[in-house]
Amino acid sequence: MDNILSVLVFFPAIAALLGFVVNKESARVYGITVAAIEFLLSLWLWFSFDTANAGMQFVEMIPLIPDFGVNYYLGVDGISLFIIIMTTLMTLIGMVSMSIEKDVKNMIITLLFLEMTMVGVFVALDAIIFYLFWELSLVPMLYIIGAWGGPLRVYASIKFFLYTFMGSLVMLVGMLFVAYIYHSLTGVWSFAITDWYLLVLPVNYQLWLFAAFFLGFAIKVPMFPFHTWLPYAHGQAPTIGSVILAAVLLKMGTYGFVRFSLPMFPDASVMMITPIAVISIVMVVYTAMVAYAQKDMKQVIAYSSVSHMGIIMIGIFAMNGEGIGGSVFQMLSHGIVSGALFMLVGVIYDRRHTKLMSEFGGLASVMPKYALIFGVMLMASVGLPLTIGFVGEFLVLLGFYQFSPVMTILAGLSIIVGAVYMLSLFKKSFFGPVTKEENKKLTDLTPKETWSLVPLVAIVIWLGVYPKPILDPINKSVNAMLVFMDQKAVTQEAKDIIKVPHAATKTGEVK
Amino acid sequence: MFEPIKVSMESLNLITLAPMLLAIAGGLVILVLDLINSKLHKSLYVMLTILILIVDFGATVGLNVNERGFFDVMLIDGISIISQLLIIVASILFTPLALTSKRFHEYSYPEFFALFLFMVAGFQFMVASDNLILIFVGLETSSLSLYTLIALHNRANSYEAAVKYFTMGALSAGFFAMGSAVVYALTGSIELYQVAQVLAARLGEHGLMLAILGSSVLLMAAFAFKLSLFPFHTWAPDVYEGASAPLAGYMSIVPKIAAFVVTIRIFGMYLDLGIEWVRDIIIILSVLTMTLANVMALVQEDVKRMLAYSSISHAGFIMAAIAFDTTEGTASIFLYYALFMFTNLGAFTMLWISRHKVRRFNARFDHPYEKFSGLIKIMPMGAVIMALFMLSLAGVPPFSVFWGKIYVMQAAVNAGYVWLAIVMGLNSAIAAYYYLKLVVYMFLKDPVKDVDTVYYNLSKPLMAVIGLATVATVGAIFYVQPLLSYLYYMISASGY
Repeated sequence: MDNILSVLVFFPAIAALLGFVVNKESARVYGITVAAIEFLLSLWLWFSFDTANAGMQFVEMIPLIPDFGVNYYLGVDGISLFIIIMTTLMTLIGMVSMSIEKDVKNMIITLLFLEMTMVGVFVALDAIIFYLFWELSLVPMLYIIGAWGGPLRVYASIKFFLYTFMGSLVMLVGMLFVAYIYHSLTGVWSFAITDWYLLVLPVNYQLWLFAAFFLGFAIKVPMFPFHTWLPYAHGQAPTIGSVILAAVLLKMGTYGFVRFSLPMFPDASVMMITPIAVISIVMVVYTAMVAYAQKDMKQVIAYSSVSHMGIIMIGIFAMNGEGIGGSVFQMLSHGIVSGALFMLVGVIYDRRHTKLMSEFGGLASVMPKYALIFGVMLMASVGLPLTIGFVGEFLVLLGFYQFSPVMTILAGLSIIVGAVYMLSLFKKSFFGPVTKEENKKLTDLTPKETWSLVPLVAIVIWLGVYPKPILDPINKSVNAMLVFMDQKAVTQEAKDIIKVPHAATKTGEVK
Repeated sequence: MFEPIKVSMESLNLITLAPMLLAIAGGLVILVLDLINSKLHKSLYVMLTILILIVDFGATVGLNVNERGFFDVMLIDGISIISQLLIIVASILFTPLALTSKRFHEYSYPEFFALFLFMVAGFQFMVASDNLILIFVGLETSSLSLYTLIALHNRANSYEAAVKYFTMGALSAGFFAMGSAVVYALTGSIELYQVAQVLAARLGEHGLMLAILGSSVLLMAAFAFKLSLFPFHTWAPDVYEGASAPLAGYMSIVPKIAAFVVTIRIFGMYLDLGIEWVRDIIIILSVLTMTLANVMALVQEDVKRMLAYSSISHAGFIMAAIAFDTTEGTASIFLYYALFMFTNLGAFTMLWISRHKVRRFNARFDHPYEKFSGLIKIMPMGAVIMALFMLSLAGVPPFSVFWGKIYVMQAAVNAGYVWLAIVMGLNSAIAAYYYLKLVVYMFLKDPVKDVDTVYYNLSKPLMAVIGLATVATVGAIFYVQPLLSYLYYMISASGY
């Protein structure tokens, strides 16, 4: 099936349209079935993916507006493949575990539309198509936060929308400018990213364009100081909204850096390593400290999520195979772990309708299964060896060590601070005596919740012990990109810093 | 005694007049029909109007590019053909809005439809000439018909709107006449192509620039009124509020297309002559208009007033394209309006169907945001469609206005105005707030219980119009290419 990417993108959308007809009571089953089929399709994509090939695969290209250079142009490589699978997996699991009772049908339809836009962002190879899905993804999320969220939901959802919308419009101007340069050099209009890769730009152009794209991506990541929309969005969003937001939507920003900024502006990226690394470290340490000060479990997870996004950013700007490959892996791990943590907070919120840590204590004795899974995810989040979190974090730090040992050590502090606030969360909520009367009668995980969380636990352990099947294709594409960046860079400094991998890629066997 | 003038029919090239004459004849036919039988139903007149406009459309499509006719006052170049086509299509789309389920006063008069057709003919004259007098005649014919159409909507604030619009329009007509007089005094001609020749020959002369400045300020003021550019925009919100929704929507498209064409002809000529400050004036007006209108739209409490400010802002956005003076820039103006037309048609039709025959929603406003709160619960399909229109206006891809926006911005970047493209982008972000506000009211708030917001005015023809607008808004990506290449071909054929 050569057009599997189109199927992956439009299957959920068509299912969502048909979903309007499905009866209210059956909507949930319908949604889960569709998401399961979508997940299986993405697995099929993985199995038919040629891991020996580092380039774009399953490429589809249909001219849409040839006079303007807009094509329907899709493709997938090792970097985007696993993010797509993670997207479909988290949508499926999020839907299975969903506890929403109100307007379930609307929620299912919205989620399916959202899934289309999310998959679309990661498979698009045309900048306009990328932008199209990127912007379109805001709308369902706006509705999810705004319709099912907490008391400040309207404010949170509008803040989320406007922040991202503003940043991406600046990015759009950047895209138009790249297209203009491409047109003035070649005489052809094109928005295809693969065409843009061939442009060798002078450094000052690169810097301006880097800045334009940076604003769009950094708000989405969200990088310090553009992160202020995220705690609101997480704080107000329903569980499913937070799961998708943390697991997938934030990855769009970091994916954008890997897909656009690095290969298109290698010199500017190298020049920006230090500023971005400083911002990222500030973001890692600062948000970790803010997380420690939170009283609300969900806010702890939200800030820890921002903190871990900082690690991903550092890895991307390490400019070597370990760093970038580790970052892409960390995107997957962050998606699964933070998604699972938000689901776990949702579980307790459904029972007690509060997320304050002071309301809990001794949960481990009342809800042993819950405590166990929470513990595993928590360990993965702080990066304990043999969990998925360790692999990515370790690779990122290893990669960045080659650039700056001092900053790496500072970033490494985050693991310690992370362990502090996560363990303190765990201690406050799960250990000690059961102080509140209401907590004594809490039921443990229901089968629905268990079966949606156990697969994630299995993945966390599996990829923690044996990440090779995933790391290899990622590294192959990342290394190809690095070779290409090195060839393209115009300044000698950039060529020095971009580490071209040696013939054999050993990085896959770090574990 | 003068010699009798001998004019051969071939040299008149009367075919260039055919589209307007068809519309005028159609208007007369409608008046005659009323004379014969005064009890005819409005649906007959609506359908006749549409048919006449379709014939008009056919006659316009068939015109050859770059012809002159009727003592050379008619100019049929690419711009005049595409703008006539846009005007006619927009008129066809807005006519069936008369077929509401409730009976509205103005549509029971056949004069409404006759005036409507005269107005269309006026707009067509305006865009199909480079003779300042014929442009003036077209402008006045269409404007006077439009004032009357607004006043026919039998409400106190409709009269207010009509009078306000009339006063402002008269002022702008005065400016136009004075500006043309200065041009005539300078060059001894009112044909723009001769004006251009004379000016080009005399451009170095001492003091000429001052006279050109005088004429352009007067002409710019005249068209700034018509295009509702800052600071001449103040009439627009009140007039939109007072006019019925179909006419308000119509006003946001058709008069502006016509005024843009004349602006392109006059100021494009100045730009071609190398008068650079005209470019600066246009860009300053454009930036001020889009920014300030956006800011004012933020604080509106009524959706119709918000849409009024929004269309002011959109006009400002497009105004910048004139300054680029490139084929792309000019093509972007028409592409934008072609795409904007469907979205605005949809948005104003949605307001129209929520209109009660006599009752107002509250003492001050007819369409406040509260009216639409919880629409998703009352009328889910309507809420989704209205949200689509709002997202389209905000420039969210892949809806129609996005493609217009991106093309204007690309034209700005290509012409070297990257900063302008960024200003446009940031303005779109500001604008997103007030469009989202309506989406938030419709989707995230509960209905206002004490006032019934039943949909009074919905009828099958209106549903068809909304359906068409929705399809055109959502499926824009599939017809942008043919539309763009046609527009580009026609515009480059006429040398802009």
